[in-house]
Amino acid sequence: MAVTKLSNSGIKTGVLKYDSMLAGNAPFDPAATWLIQRVNGTGSSGVITFSNIPQTYQHLQIRFIAKNSTTTSVADHLYLQANGLTTSTYYSHFMYGSGTAAFAGNFMTQPQVTIRDAIYRSNATYPNMFGVGIIDIHDYTNTSKLKTVRAFTGRDGNGDGVVTLSSGVYPATSAITSLTLSSATGNFTTTTSFALYGFKG
Amino acid sequence: MIVLPDTSTEVAIATTTLSSAASTITFSSIPSTYTDLRIVLTGTSSSGSPFIRFNSDTGTNYSYTVLRGDGTSASSSRESTLDKIWLSFGAGPSAGNPDFFTVDVFSYAGSTNKTCLTTSSMNHNGTDEEVARNVGLWRSTSAITTITLSRNVGNFNTGTTATLYGIL
Repeated sequence: MAVTKLSNSGIKTGVLKYDSMLAGNAPFDPAATWLIQRVNGTGSSGVITFSNIPQTYQHLQIRFIAKNSTTTSVADHLYLQANGLTTSTYYSHFMYGSGTAAFAGNFMTQPQVTIRDAIYRSNATYPNMFGVGIIDIHDYTNTSKLKTVRAFTGRDGNGDGVVTLSSGVYPATSAITSLTLSSATGNFTTTTSFALYGFKG
Repeated sequence: MIVLPDTSTEVAIATTTLSSAASTITFSSIPSTYTDLRIVLTGTSSSGSPFIRFNSDTGTNYSYTVLRGDGTSASSSRESTLDKIWLSFGAGPSAGNPDFFTVDVFSYAGSTNKTCLTTSSMNHNGTDEEVARNVGLWRSTSAITTITLSRNVGNFNTGTTATLYGIL
């Protein structure tokens, strides 16, 4: 077994010195955007829930790709509820392009925010085609504001499709701690995915 | 489950800023490690309209549905069985006012057909204005490894910037 002598001068010789505790390392850059949770469809439920949402972000965003199990007709609305509120006090407005004309409308006094025509059904005419979208909720922890929801969604089936801008309100000043997304009919397929992101302020 | 990444959820994979005019901007060897992709394109151009293709596919495997405002009216249109997805739907570009486009591609590495949402913002101070929201489809179950931004005529001008982001 070798014996090594350590001396004061020997330890200090050739040692690099720094003015910063980083000691030459790059500073840690905390992410501004965080993936909070991803929930995939199971094939046996038409409901996706994000619960226990951390209150440490400024804004929330949901990105999704969705299809449901209904085999007749074409598409379904996507419903959004917050904090388990199911009373008919939500309001939504939309404008959409059908491929032939532009339309606008609303869903008033509903039990959910309605994101129009956002989910493809499992109609054999549209195999492997999905509705997609980005849903934003700003200032979700602010207890002085109602919560506005904004959505940009679309689906295209090579001869069918719709692109939609939607807005809605969660009519409560409560901080949002849970979000429920559901299909108007059927179950979400296993190829469906919803992801919740938090944005730092 | 709470995922706490040690890197940002949205990562700039690559950026191209043109030092000379070019008709095409290409992102290749795109890693499959993300869930979605986002392309942000801003710049001026000489003529024509921009479009996007995936994996160098020039077949008629694309389609889109668009909602558009041109400063006078709102309209919607569709094209099917196309060889590209247009990013703008107006009459033409402006050499002086930068146009701004975004493309979000969902589940780009998955085994489903590929759907994207695009935005178009073109304000040319009274001529060829456009704000548009578009959903496009590439009928392929292949993972996207290459993205090409091109123009039907003309070039992206010097200074045009395109950035590809990966989103976990």
